[in-house]
Amino acid sequence: MSLIEASSEAEHTPGITPAVRGKGPWQLAWERLQRDRAAMVSLAVICVIVLLAVFAPVFAAVTGHGPQDQFPETGLTPEGLPVGPGSGFWLGADSLGRDLFVRLLYGARVSLLVGVLSTLLATVFGVVTGMLAGFYGGWVDGVLARLLDVVLSFPYLLVAIVLVAALGAGVPLMILVIAFFSFAAMARVVRGQTMAYKEREFVEAARSLGASKLRTMFVDLLPNLVAPVTVLASLLIPTAIVFEATLSFLGLGVDPRTPSWGAILADSTDYYRVAPGLLIFPALLLLITTLAFNLLGDGIRDALDPRSDRLLSRK
Amino acid sequence: MALLEVADLRVTFPTPDGPVQAVRGVSFQVDRGRTLGIVGESGSGKSVSTQTLMGLTQGARVSGSAKFEGRELIGMPEPELRKLRGAQISMIFQDPLSSLHPLYTVGWQIVEAIRLHEPATTKAQARKRAIEQLGLVGIPQPDRRVDDYPHQFSGGMRQRVMIAMALALNPKLIIADEPTTALDATVQAQILDLMIRLQQEFDTALIMITHDLGVIAGMADEVLVMYAGKPVEHAERREIYYAPHHPYTVGLLESVPSVSGAKDRLRPVPGAPPSLLTPPTGCGFHPRCRYAMPRCPVEEPPLIRGSACWLPRDIVGTGPEAARRRSEAAGR
Amino acid sequence: MTALLRVNDVRKYFPIKEGLLIRREVGRVHAVDGVTLEVQPGETLGIVGESGCGKSTLARCIAGLHEVTSGSIEYHGLDRSRGQIQMIFQDPYGSLNPRRRVGSIIADPLVIHRSGTPAERRNRVRELMELVGLNPEHYNRFPAEFSGGQRQRIGIARALALRPRLIVCDEPVSALDVSIQAQVINLLKDLQSELGLTYVFIAHDLSVVRYVSDRVAVMYLGKVVEIAPAEQLYRSPQHPYTNALLSAASVADPDLAAKRERILLTGDVPSPILPPPACRFHPRCPKAAPRCSAEEPLLLGEDHRTACHYPGVMI
Repeated sequence: MSLIEASSEAEHTPGITPAVRGKGPWQLAWERLQRDRAAMVSLAVICVIVLLAVFAPVFAAVTGHGPQDQFPETGLTPEGLPVGPGSGFWLGADSLGRDLFVRLLYGARVSLLVGVLSTLLATVFGVVTGMLAGFYGGWVDGVLARLLDVVLSFPYLLVAIVLVAALGAGVPLMILVIAFFSFAAMARVVRGQTMAYKEREFVEAARSLGASKLRTMFVDLLPNLVAPVTVLASLLIPTAIVFEATLSFLGLGVDPRTPSWGAILADSTDYYRVAPGLLIFPALLLLITTLAFNLLGDGIRDALDPRSDRLLSRK
Repeated sequence: MALLEVADLRVTFPTPDGPVQAVRGVSFQVDRGRTLGIVGESGSGKSVSTQTLMGLTQGARVSGSAKFEGRELIGMPEPELRKLRGAQISMIFQDPLSSLHPLYTVGWQIVEAIRLHEPATTKAQARKRAIEQLGLVGIPQPDRRVDDYPHQFSGGMRQRVMIAMALALNPKLIIADEPTTALDATVQAQILDLMIRLQQEFDTALIMITHDLGVIAGMADEVLVMYAGKPVEHAERREIYYAPHHPYTVGLLESVPSVSGAKDRLRPVPGAPPSLLTPPTGCGFHPRCRYAMPRCPVEEPPLIRGSACWLPRDIVGTGPEAARRRSEAAGR
Repeated sequence: MTALLRVNDVRKYFPIKEGLLIRREVGRVHAVDGVTLEVQPGETLGIVGESGCGKSTLARCIAGLHEVTSGSIEYHGLDRSRGQIQMIFQDPYGSLNPRRRVGSIIADPLVIHRSGTPAERRNRVRELMELVGLNPEHYNRFPAEFSGGQRQRIGIARALALRPRLIVCDEPVSALDVSIQAQVINLLKDLQSELGLTYVFIAHDLSVVRYVSDRVAVMYLGKVVEIAPAEQLYRSPQHPYTNALLSAASVADPDLAAKRERILLTGDVPSPILPPPACRFHPRCPKAAPRCSAEEPLLLGEDHRTACHYPGVMI
């Protein structure tokens, strides 16, 4: 029998639709994510918050209230108390007569910036460290793993307070501090995953083809790490946002004049009896944002669940 | 009345991609002292059908009937089923490590099993029986090994422990699901010999589930061949091996190199098993069948006289001559 | 005829290390312990044995995936750096990266060895897919969309990409369903005659090895106990272990199964960490005599070599 006939023995699996370009794992995950109502609502909420933050200057122009502008005439009552929500100040004003709505929007910029950038930084460092430790093993792993243990056992709030006190507050410093304390968690996960994947036959197959270690790490391992890293990153963002708010609340975060959710909350402590909006709105925003990121993270985790691979290949 | 009578069993699992019809109508009977071999590939439904009898398919939609000594197992409340499990019906799995608890000694586990079903037995009596059972399945120095943990046994010895546990309560029916697949050839031979010997000694009914027709050639009284959730052929042992009718059974036998060492080209079954999300219409095997006829995708062949196939009943056997006759009958 | 490959007294030990920071060696697994054999061009050398006998380790040594502890492997006219030795793996699910498209998986060896332009590579991939009986239109799909048998074909296509001369097949069909096994075996045989390949074929299924092999080596605890032309080995096995192995093989023939005398071995395979002295099989051997535990038998003979003091057919 010739090879041509032999190939007629090949399989024509009836269960597979004859699409030429197959649905990739990412596409399948996206389709599954779309079926997850909570995750999709969360995604929409996050998009709205991002848009609001991006267009904060537009709202400042529309209301005529800059984020730092004080309006003692219109923003404060004759008794000197902040005005409540109304047509002039949509969510009311703060104790200095500044527009709370506009400040919250500018605060969203800080929160998202810190949340996303610190997570990005943590992810890059975490993935590199974790992959090196997991892939090379031996003494490299010994040293890196101990280092991660040390970082993870730091009392991070105390260290952050000391660092800010010594170096002065500011967004870049805060991003670095938060990234430093979250990269270890990422590195641990990546290390574990790398060690698991390293034992898989496809990595051995790559070696048998003569692939270099660098290529094996980037071409063979990295695509498999994207799923767990994405899940963890989407859960690190809200943690970072809360951490930023905490530091700002303590007056250790961004420059006190810069609007930030934490700082706005801190301001509210003296006035929330007369102007509850000062407490309620930033707190609510913080809650909604972190909740949305967490729910989206859960959704992504479910969507990327490896069980889906098995379901797809079920015979 | 047979010990176990299964009639038109159907099992469907809901999944995010749609319902998977794992078992699509299976019927069989087993009696004491008899061995039924269930053969099939992955996804044929061979394991699911027996797991369902034991109430081990959580979340599945089950219909049909399975009577054990006249009592209906399908829909039986869990506490009652639990009383049957272990005491009357035992299971032996492919991977003994996953069915033995890693943190208790094997002796403790056997003692617990005995005392759970026979509360009147004292601990000392149960322990004595555990040691006896371990000796019976060929574990050397059972009085010492009874206090070992599962990981201290080798693969073959662990499977013996599993068998000792399965026999501890003298069950009427043993369901062995690929009991030797994970074992090496020489160990597999030991375990199969042990199972045959013990079955004869205790007159139990035995269901052997396997993907390998070779494993049960020496022990099954009758063989049920499953494909895509359905029985395709069900006959006495000699008939299955020497006069198979269904093209799938023939395909299984012809896929294996002959024992004589002949190097004729193998005749594999083309294609791959179907997805049970969307099982083929008509005969489940028709997309892979060399002899598929126009009626095969349309009409489902009933299981008549042991085989579910539209080919004439008198064309049986393996080899080129039978293949030629089948092709002729199929008009190919 | 000069051999394509000569394995000279190869040993491969895996150190067992203990300790948290300072890891010291506490023992060694003698996975391959002094194997000498040669592979002739165009032949199939089957290697059989039970789990832990070292057959997979030997295969990996030959494919260059393991450094040998001692001994040497001589390649004659085989250039490993040009990918002339390739490997096919057991697990069709584990040996393909689930996150990459099959086209790029098959092209891997070409990319790694910088062979051809992207367009040439694409053509070669299509050619290879056709050669192994896959639809070339499917090169953009992911491994999860293929059945086990098709995945093994993908692995074979990848191994063929660089036009190798020797392919090491490590249990290439044992993870496949029975009806699919024969498809892959036929494909391997066709490719061999078409492309003039040489195979080292590792398996535990005796009938499959007999079917594909010209010569067969039987391994036990890191050593070759018997090596002979396939038919001779199966018709007149000399080593007691070969006899036991052959008598234990299951056959799909009730009459034959009933007729056969099984040589039931007692006990289990001893640990390769502390293998028995002299003849490694003596603790389980039905023929064992005092000499067997004192003096190690050498692998003697011309075509049919046996390492036993008391060889002979027992079945």
